Amino acid sequence: MTATARKIAMLPQTVEDPRKERVIAFTPRAKSSYRPLLQRLSSIGEKVLPPLIMTAVLLIIWQMAFGVEGSTLPSPLQVWADANDLIVNPFFDFGSQDIGLGWRVLTSLERVAIGFGFAAVAGILMGALVGQSVWAMRGLDPIFQVLRTIPPLAWLPISLAAFRDSNPSAIFVIFITSVWPVLINTAAGVRNIPQDYRNVAAVLRLNPIEYFFRIMVPAAAPYIFTGLRIGIGLSWLAIVAAEMLTGGVGIGFFIWDAWNSSRLSDIIVALFYIGFTGFALDRLVAALGQIITRGTAAS
Amino acid sequence: MSNYLKVDHVSKSFERGGVVTEVLKDISLSIDKGEFVSIIGHSGCGKSTLLNLIAGLTEVSDGGVLLENREVNGPGPERAMVFQNHSLLPWLTVYENVRLAVDKVFRSSRSRAERHDWIMQNLALVQMQHAKDKRPAEISGGMKQRVGLARALAMEPKILLLDEPFGALDALTRAHLQDSVMDIHARLGNTMVMITHDVDEAVLLSDRVVMMTNGPAAKIGDILEVNLARPRRRLELVAERSYVQYRELVLKFLYERHRFVEAA
Ligand SMILES: Nc1ncnc2c1ncn2[C@@H]1O[C@H](COP(=O)(O)OP(=O)(O)OP(=O)(O)O)[C@@H](O)[C@H]1O
Ligand SMILES: [Mg+2]
Repeated sequence: MTATARKIAMLPQTVEDPRKERVIAFTPRAKSSYRPLLQRLSSIGEKVLPPLIMTAVLLIIWQMAFGVEGSTLPSPLQVWADANDLIVNPFFDFGSQDIGLGWRVLTSLERVAIGFGFAAVAGILMGALVGQSVWAMRGLDPIFQVLRTIPPLAWLPISLAAFRDSNPSAIFVIFITSVWPVLINTAAGVRNIPQDYRNVAAVLRLNPIEYFFRIMVPAAAPYIFTGLRIGIGLSWLAIVAAEMLTGGVGIGFFIWDAWNSSRLSDIIVALFYIGFTGFALDRLVAALGQIITRGTAAS
Repeated sequence: MSNYLKVDHVSKSFERGGVVTEVLKDISLSIDKGEFVSIIGHSGCGKSTLLNLIAGLTEVSDGGVLLENREVNGPGPERAMVFQNHSLLPWLTVYENVRLAVDKVFRSSRSRAERHDWIMQNLALVQMQHAKDKRPAEISGGMKQRVGLARALAMEPKILLLDEPFGALDALTRAHLQDSVMDIHARLGNTMVMITHDVDEAVLLSDRVVMMTNGPAAKIGDILEVNLARPRRRLELVAERSYVQYRELVLKFLYERHRFVEAA
């Protein structure tokens, strides 16, 4: 009884509503030609402005904290005065150790590319094997979990002893640091392949190689990319540490060198280079993962 | 009766943590070439298990499955399966899903162009050519099931196994797909074994309806021969007396003789 009464009471409103909506619906259509542009501009502003403002605020605080006489660290203005050549031109080249930070970052990136490349391939292959077998998983997973917590630098002495050369040692440190997350995540992804896909593969009698490329890798791709993303972050952590000790042209050694000759401003500039490069690497792998796993993620 | 597919005194038990459950007990069934057989029974009685045994996806505990007098001892494309939840690979398009099967089965026997034609022919059979470049996530449940059917048919299987192929679909789509399957069966004469929960579906499509008793240790309770002339049209059949009687027989079996014991 009450329900019907309420319905009747609501009736006139529902009759009126569509008319109202129609009136409202007409107005934006007339303005639509410039509205999206404005909206887009404001949405870009919403994303770009806050970080810019916060950066400015932090720089001002920094300047106020260390701009005084006798402070231990340089202020932003001091850094600019000391090292604006490094900031403005990343790619100058005035001889062996006097080169722009862009070149140094590229040298480091090359090592990362090699070490992380090996780590990605080995991690995915071994992860696929381990994930296939319950017993391998049970036996090896605890070992991997322990190995993965060893900090990059702790591997360095052993690696130097084994390779007797700084460059392969640095690359090995990157490899051994970043291989574990790739391996562990791939194994988890392979274990989580739905039985349905395995059945399809079984009915089609896919051989192991076909199974690996046609089913396993695409099905586990979201997991694999999670591992790769963690791995590339760890690689970048490892390269700076490893280069500080092994020398060479990389960005890590640059910091060590600058420390030894008390060029604090240079170090601060180098920190920004490292931060932005690490950020770019992370975003690159994430974007790649998003493109490649589009199909898998959609289901 | 010929023995095209023969399920011979098959039993199946699963063991988990020392506890053995006997799911199927002493199942024997012979299926003719070109025959359409439905398996009906209450949920959990072991229908999927039986179909997986025929597919070779699970191993029998006792007895054997023979196809053309050769023992089945593993899965293979000559016993293609249409899965309950379509099982299309989401990272491949509709065309690529079918192509994976066609390339695997006919790589050595057909040229690339022939294989392309064959893929398109099978997609046309289920009226899905128009969506060939879509991914499974972009098409409806009924369409996915069609593609799954096309993929299975494209393997040119000796026997087509369907595990509740239309269980997850709405009634209208289901009716539509049932018509498609009847049409394909009439045109190609495949041997088909289908699991279903749906009494109408079983009677409408089948030459024989295999009714299973409740598990554990489920057996074949009864087999109903459906002698309705083909082609069958659902609207005409609804009024036909023999159809109504067949329905009644299956319903009686399921709800009187082997009532589902709820949460015993
Ligand atoms: N791998 C397995 N290990 C242990 N028990 C299993 C396994 N697969 C199935 N069973 C058991 O076998 C019985 C039958 O399962 P099955 O999936 O064949 O039933 P079904 O008739 O297909 O049911 P539904 O109609 O709900 O699909 C169930 O009790 C289930 O728990
Ligand atoms: Mg089932």
